[in-house]
Amino acid sequence: MAEPAVLAEKIERRFDSVLAVAGVDLSVPEGQIYGFLGPNGAGKSTLVRMLCTLLLPTAGSARVAGYDVASEPQAVRLRIGVALQEAALDDRQTGRELLRLQGRLYGLHTSEIDRRLDDVLQMVDIGDAIDRRVATYSGGMKRRLDVAAALVHNPEVIFLDEPTTGLDPASRVAVWREVRKLNVERGTTIFLTTQYLEEADELADRVGIIADGRIVAEGTPDELKRSIGDDLIVARVEGADRQVAEALREVPGVHHVSVREGEVTLRAPDGAATMTPVAVALNHHQLTVHSLTLRTPTLDDVFLELTGGHIEHLEHVEAEEGQ
Amino acid sequence: MTTARTATRSATEAGDDIHGRETGFLWDLIVVAGRALRQIPRDPESMIPALIVPVFFFTVNLGSLQKVTRQAAGIDLKAFLLPVAIVFAVTGISRASSLVTDIQGGYFDRLCVTPVRRLALLLGLMVADFTLVVALTIPVLIVGFAVGVNFVTGVAGLIVFVLVAALWGLVFTGFPYAIALKTGNPAAVNSSFVLFFPLAFLTTTFVPKQALSGWLSTIATYNPVTYLLAGLRSLTSSGWDGTALFQALVAVAAVGVLSIGLALAALRGRVRRG
Repeated sequence: MAEPAVLAEKIERRFDSVLAVAGVDLSVPEGQIYGFLGPNGAGKSTLVRMLCTLLLPTAGSARVAGYDVASEPQAVRLRIGVALQEAALDDRQTGRELLRLQGRLYGLHTSEIDRRLDDVLQMVDIGDAIDRRVATYSGGMKRRLDVAAALVHNPEVIFLDEPTTGLDPASRVAVWREVRKLNVERGTTIFLTTQYLEEADELADRVGIIADGRIVAEGTPDELKRSIGDDLIVARVEGADRQVAEALREVPGVHHVSVREGEVTLRAPDGAATMTPVAVALNHHQLTVHSLTLRTPTLDDVFLELTGGHIEHLEHVEAEEGQ
Repeated sequence: MTTARTATRSATEAGDDIHGRETGFLWDLIVVAGRALRQIPRDPESMIPALIVPVFFFTVNLGSLQKVTRQAAGIDLKAFLLPVAIVFAVTGISRASSLVTDIQGGYFDRLCVTPVRRLALLLGLMVADFTLVVALTIPVLIVGFAVGVNFVTGVAGLIVFVLVAALWGLVFTGFPYAIALKTGNPAAVNSSFVLFFPLAFLTTTFVPKQALSGWLSTIATYNPVTYLLAGLRSLTSSGWDGTALFQALVAVAAVGVLSIGLALAALRGRVRRG
C-alpha cells in the first residue's frame, strides 16, 4: 500500500505557553482533496506551516510526499506547492515573470518553464493580465496567480491555506473550479484549509474539523453530516429564551434543542412528522415565529455538535475581540 | 467525489514529466540575484538619492573649500574629496527595503517553501547590490574627471579604486539587511543610514588626519573609514601604496565581519523553524 501523501502523527506545536496544535494525527492518501476546517485561531495555518517546513513541530512527526518535514525539509519542498493564507506575491513583477522565477527556484530550465507555463495557464485562467504587473491585479486574480505559482514545478502535494478568504463569490467559485480541475485531471493531492463550510463541502473528499488545536472529527462530508443522524428544525422566533427551549424539549420526537440569537434549532429523527407539534408548541407560547424550516444537517451543524459553537459565530467573536 | 482520476492529456504534452529538481548554490544565487537586479530599474526612487547626494556634496564642498584648503594644507581637494563622494555613493545602497516588502507581503515565506538555500536569499541580494554600487560610482567618477581629477595609478588604479569602494558598499549592506531581517520594519531599515554618519564624519572626510584636533584624531584612528579613504586617496593622488591599500582592505574586512555576521545571524533568526 502506497504511503499517504500527508501523514502526521501526534504532531504538536507550542508557542511559549500556547499550544497551537495539540497532537494531531492525519493521513491523507494520494490523489485526495483533504479539507481542514476550523475557525480563525483553531490551528489550521500553524499545522500547514509545519507540513510546509516553515515551522518545526515541537512534538510528534509528519511526512509529506514520503519525506520527514523535520529532517528532510529540502526533499519535502521539492515535492510540494504552497499557496499561503495571504496571496504571497511580488507586486513589482509581472505574473509571467513571477511564474518563471518560481520555475527557476525549482531548478527548471527555460524550455521546461515554457512548457509548464503553457500547462499551468490553461489550468488557472489569468488571461492577458499575465503580462501585467501583479500590483494591478484584483484580489481574485492574485489568488489565482498564487495558485498557479504553486503548480509551476508540478508538485505531488499542494497546500492551499484558505485560498478563497476575502474573495467575492464569483472569484471564490472560479478558484473552486480550478482546484477541482487540478485534482480531477492530474490526481494531485490537495490539502486545503478553510473556514468556509460550503468550501469544504463542495471540494473535499474528506474533512477534518479542528478546534483549539485538536481534530474533533474526521470523515467525508456526508459521513460527518450523517453522524448527527437527525433532521433539523430551525425556527426564527422573537423572544426565544430558555423557557421556550424547555417547553420545546417536551414535544414528542424532539431530541435536542439549542437557542442562539433568536434562532431555535431542534433535532428530530423524523423532522417532517415533528414540524406540526413544534409549530403548535410555539403557538401555545404565543411567540411570533418568523420562519420555521426543516433541513438536513450541514457541516456547521456538525461543528456545533462537536464544539458547542457555530463556526461563523466563533469568527465573529474573534473579530470583535481583535478590535 | 472519487479519488480515481483520469488524465485527459498526454503527460509529456502537458509537461507532467517535468518536476522540481535539486540545484546547486550558484544556481540559487544567480536566480535570487537576477530577480533583485530586475527590480532595480523598477525602484528608481531607491537609486536617485544615491546618484544626486554624492555629486551634490562633491561639487558644493569643492566650491566652498578648495581655495581655503589649498592655502592651508596645500592639497589637491578635487582628488582628496573624490573618494569621499564615492564612499557616500556606495554606502547604504541595498535591497533591504525590498526585502522588508517581501517579508511583510509574505513573499519571503513563499521563497522559504521553495528548495532555494537560505543563504542564497541574502547573498543573492548582495550580489545585486555589488553590481549596483559599481554602477553608481560611474556618474561620480565622470563628475570627478570633468573637474580635473587624475588617477596617478592609471586605469588599473581606477579599477582597484572602484572595486575597493564597491566592496565597502557591499559590506555596509550587512547592516540594513540585519535590520530588515530582524525587524521586518521599513522605518528601521531607512534609519540604518544613521550608522554611517559617525563613520563618515568622524574621520578624514574634509581634511587630512594630521589636521584633525586631538579627540577627533583619536576617533579617526579607530574609524575604518579613515583607512578606506586613505587607500582610495593613494590611488588618486600618491601612487601605488601597498600598505594603504592593505589597511583599506583590512578595514573593509573588519566592518564586513561585523555587518555580514549580524545579517547572517538575523537571517538564521528569520528562517529558523523552531
